[in-house]
Amino acid sequence: MATNLKVNGQTRRTTAKPDTPLLYVLRNDLQLNGAKFGCGLAQCGACTVLLNGKAIRSCQTPISTIGNGEITTIEGIGSLATPHPVQQAFIEEQAAQCGYCTNGMIMAAKDLLDRNLRPSETDVREALAGNLCRCGTHNRIVRAVLRAAKVMGRT
Amino acid sequence: MNAPILNRRKFTKGLGGIVLAFSLGPSELLAQGAPQPQLPGSLNNNRMLDAWIRIASNGSATVFTGKVELGQGILTALSQIAAEELDLPLSRVKMISGDTGQTPNEGQTAGSQSIENSGTALRLAGAEVRAILLELAEKRLGVTPDKMTVNDGMISGPDGRYVSYGLLASTANLKREATAKVPPKLPADYKIVGKSIPRHDIPAKVTGGAAFVQDMRPLGMLHGRVVRPPRYGSTLVSVDDAAVKVTPGVVAVVRDGSFLGVIAEREEIAVGAREALAKNAKWNLGPELPDPDRIFEHLKSLPSRDQVIGVKEGMLLAGGRMFQSTYTRPYTAHASIGPSCALAEFRDGKLSVWTHSQGVFPLRAELAKALKMPAASIHCIHVEGSGCYGHNGADDVALDAALLARATPGKPVRLQWMRDDEFAWEPYGPAMAMQVKAALDPEGRIYNWQYELWSNSHSTRPESTSGTNVLAAWYLAEPQQMGPPTSPPQPAGGGDRNAIPLYDFANQKVTHHFVQDMPIRASALRTLGAYANVFTIESFMDELANAIAADPIAFRLAHLKDARARAVIEKAAAMANWKPGQQGDGSRGRGIGFARYKNLQTYVAVVATVEVDRATGRVRVPQVWAATDAGLVINPDGLTNQIEGGIIQSTSWTLYEEVQFDKSGILSRDWSRYPILTMPDVPKVTVELLNRQNERPLGAGEASQGPTAAAIANAFAHATGKRIRSLPMNAQQVKISLR
Repeated sequence: MATNLKVNGQTRRTTAKPDTPLLYVLRNDLQLNGAKFGCGLAQCGACTVLLNGKAIRSCQTPISTIGNGEITTIEGIGSLATPHPVQQAFIEEQAAQCGYCTNGMIMAAKDLLDRNLRPSETDVREALAGNLCRCGTHNRIVRAVLRAAKVMGRT
Repeated sequence: MNAPILNRRKFTKGLGGIVLAFSLGPSELLAQGAPQPQLPGSLNNNRMLDAWIRIASNGSATVFTGKVELGQGILTALSQIAAEELDLPLSRVKMISGDTGQTPNEGQTAGSQSIENSGTALRLAGAEVRAILLELAEKRLGVTPDKMTVNDGMISGPDGRYVSYGLLASTANLKREATAKVPPKLPADYKIVGKSIPRHDIPAKVTGGAAFVQDMRPLGMLHGRVVRPPRYGSTLVSVDDAAVKVTPGVVAVVRDGSFLGVIAEREEIAVGAREALAKNAKWNLGPELPDPDRIFEHLKSLPSRDQVIGVKEGMLLAGGRMFQSTYTRPYTAHASIGPSCALAEFRDGKLSVWTHSQGVFPLRAELAKALKMPAASIHCIHVEGSGCYGHNGADDVALDAALLARATPGKPVRLQWMRDDEFAWEPYGPAMAMQVKAALDPEGRIYNWQYELWSNSHSTRPESTSGTNVLAAWYLAEPQQMGPPTSPPQPAGGGDRNAIPLYDFANQKVTHHFVQDMPIRASALRTLGAYANVFTIESFMDELANAIAADPIAFRLAHLKDARARAVIEKAAAMANWKPGQQGDGSRGRGIGFARYKNLQTYVAVVATVEVDRATGRVRVPQVWAATDAGLVINPDGLTNQIEGGIIQSTSWTLYEEVQFDKSGILSRDWSRYPILTMPDVPKVTVELLNRQNERPLGAGEASQGPTAAAIANAFAHATGKRIRSLPMNAQQVKISLR
């Protein structure tokens, strides 16, 4: 049985079983590197993608539950050549060390900024509370999100 | 040991580059008498120039390092050093790192030593390669090198004639031993070193580029998973794998003794098969773990090898005031966000492993032993993984992947551990107990300091001892053993790292009870013993200061001659607007912690504030200030990022972290049983760097953790009048202390 998924604006077909977590389909079948396996338990946020604009944990989302939903991954919001303002801000603030949590941070921030273009620092910290970072780059990440908010608010 | 960097000012101006023109100092003459003169940094063990730097016919450089990127920004910093000495733009310097087929062997990327060892090698090799190219340019330009200028790899003479590195590359013989005699640039002339060059690796990491070993997926790749025993030392009696073997998509179940794994065509099938195998496996359980409530008594009861260090014997006084305290730190997990991963392939009897190990050469040696293969048939290539902070599962998963790939020759197998594999099987930073006694003279000076610590080994890494130091090797049908644990000697030390205070005490003795038996697997976690020793020393300094109503900063300075140490303490105090005599108000306070990492690397002083919720026992750290002296700074933002990250990670260790276990095994198997600091509770961190251009660059990645722990503990005591001596400072400890 095949499943159709709408990913980054394209319809993609997978023969993975319906109970397969979206994360594995994105990473292995669609060769999208962004979403990461961190815990498989929806505890750390490394696998975060957007479903209809809302941040979800792709490690705990079976593909059968997605239906016609629009999935957006970090690859879908910008690229090296034309980065999204959040991606650009992460580069400008050097908001990473190992970078393994970065995907989740950026996608959770995108979710926040799409709802609230004038977040306070507290808003940002609360919105990213479920995304774990181990290297200790939290404050750089917060600065990057606030910087992106300013840029997005101008355009 | 690091040799000092040659200083160009020692040499007559204008001789830059002509090797024979330099006079030799006595130590250098002495060294020449030996068959192999000692060379600075990692040049000593990797002596050929072309092992470090090669120049291509297009004029660009390829730079090789045995050190690897762990998220600490080392490849960017090393490229700055090489580009600086070569007078090349960064865009024409390509870095190749951690590859047993290509790069120098620099052991582990650990201990905050990469800038000192690899950086020193590249600085001197770069200067020497540039000098060789300038010598070659002499014929074409008709002038001596001192009359030449170099810009972006283009060598010009005074008459405007020029020649490029690229043109000279084919005649430049770099297949020669480095001499380390060509003086590198003066810091005042630096154009690239000292700049906050953005990290090379970040753009790919924010756009979904292939940045990690987890992102590799070569054609025909299969997916592996392993089934670990319920606890250490268990043996696999039997496993009913009949149903798993016929599951569509399962390629093979691999069993070798008590090592059990599965290979599948799809990752989720491998994950499902792992669960099914775990349910159908029967184990003979290994020994029970110690009682967690008596872990320190247990560790102290085990046989230890005692090492006495840091002894000072001065005048002893009669009738001083004696003080004594005991401190502990629990087992602490590396807790990488991404579980460890490796990709392995057997092809024509040869094994290739893509790994985020901190040391590809030591890993290769362990794989050779475990797999009974010649090392020459194994190729280990570093690819980044999730941050490791020391010896996590990176090496172990590489052997796991190799054991699976051996069952499917010609097909690469990628294996990422599941969350519980990482939490339950990584080697933790070991639990430690510290006891300190001190005596104050009537003037309030410490005249006697007696310190003891009990700890397991902080280094059971590949090649850190004899035997086979990778997990699965101990569970094979023909099991191999880990070698006897060792402890790195002073001055770096292991459990005793930073156990010798930097303060000036007339009498002093430090005893390291190095406990050999390891009831819970332990190894190198960022800082080794320094975190707990600095926590202890600096907590106790505050206890002593408090006993005589002295200001903690003045009390430290009264015992400290080292000018650079004094400078960071004074700076941190100024940053925090420290006021002597300020009282805590019962729930808010501030404290200081200081150390020079290993007593020979970066100086860091930290001031932290705390807020204590007395009802819930919850401690928050709103603000941290840190003053840092890492000598010459290669990349200020990179250094700041390391200091900030260390402070935040240490805040998490100090407030929350403790591996939970009971007699049946490890209980911290996911983030719910191993909570860490999250975004809303992360302190604001302000870092200032005291850049000392004429001092050699010092390792910094592990310098801020110890001082941070102490600053938080001291701030808590300042706030509440109560002291917590058992980490972590979680709600339970806080409530006990406030009772």
